[in-house]
Amino acid sequence: MNNFANFTKGFLKENPVFVLLLGMCPTLGTTTSAINGMGMGLATAFVLVMSNLAISAVKNIIPDKVRIPAFIVIIASFVTIVDLLMAGYLPALHEQLGLFIPLIVVNCIVLGRAESFASKNGVVASIIDGLGMGLGFTFALVILGSTREILGSGAIFGYKFIGDNDGMLIFILAPGAFIALGYIIAIINKLKKA
Amino acid sequence: MEYFVIIISAIFVNNILLAQFLGVCPFLGVSNKISTSVGMTGAVIFVMTIATVVTYLINTFLLVPFGIPYLKTISYILVIAALVQMVEIILKKVSPSMYQALGVFLPLITTNCAVLGVALLVIQKQMNLMQSTVFAVATGVGFGLALIIFAGLREHLDLMNVPKGMKGIPAALVTAGILAMAFMGFTGMV
Repeated sequence: MNNFANFTKGFLKENPVFVLLLGMCPTLGTTTSAINGMGMGLATAFVLVMSNLAISAVKNIIPDKVRIPAFIVIIASFVTIVDLLMAGYLPALHEQLGLFIPLIVVNCIVLGRAESFASKNGVVASIIDGLGMGLGFTFALVILGSTREILGSGAIFGYKFIGDNDGMLIFILAPGAFIALGYIIAIINKLKKA
Repeated sequence: MEYFVIIISAIFVNNILLAQFLGVCPFLGVSNKISTSVGMTGAVIFVMTIATVVTYLINTFLLVPFGIPYLKTISYILVIAALVQMVEIILKKVSPSMYQALGVFLPLITTNCAVLGVALLVIQKQMNLMQSTVFAVATGVGFGLALIIFAGLREHLDLMNVPKGMKGIPAALVTAGILAMAFMGFTGMV
């Protein structure tokens, strides 16, 4: 597979959220606004790229039997780095995302890419794969986050375009996350068949 | 009274699935049949309680005294993964019938973010050991309640005539949204 196809597959054809249905918890939990979705997506993308890089670099040293625990330790280290960096430099966003930053460890996308791609491919291909998947995840989170923000508070990336009390509050609250994601996936299914 | 508030809050008001979005992957994955979701619920309550108690003890007696609480994420995930393996081995030996019922669900639980989530939440909320244990059990029950109700709904949903594009996951997600709306009725109870 050439590098370009490897990079772009994460956006549409194998989009982790809309097509593979992985990483649902942060997708639903952090997308109350477009900016939160983007922060969560980029944090995950960073972990994905770094862990793919590290795992593809050391894949030949790790014995096959203990590879999953070893991968988890590598991933958890990068998650801790992101957690501490965000707490230090972006305290407001860190507060908003809360529990979901340490929970990147158990995000199926990260371990999934480590197991299915980084453990079988070279360093460069793995970085590109991590970047594509990570940005595809970010892309999905921004779409869902903007949909919820536009419908729920009549704003996009914090810029309001309707009056203060005119939004449909339900889309900011928990049920709105499920409903908005359900309809977005339905639209994508429809477009795929057409 | 204090424990009563913790229990009601964890099961209904702050339901881990429908209000906090932890453990959504198994929620969508194994909620096709009521019988599998009952098995999953049993395994989650079991592992969640043990994991919370063990990680709580590790935090109080290892991480905090040595001043290394930033290793929380790494140590917790390793403990949970090891614990799941251990539970599986012990259960196989001690109670084969229970192993038969829960067996297939146990490996799935390592990547269930609800387990790690609860372990981290009790530290964040600064609960003591007893409160943490009660919170873990109640959260597991809340997870099970939502999962089993949802499985019941999905069994009926399969027989319904839904538009083509909505079949499967999209319809399930919208149903979950409506279920979450129902659970919102409990807001303000405690």
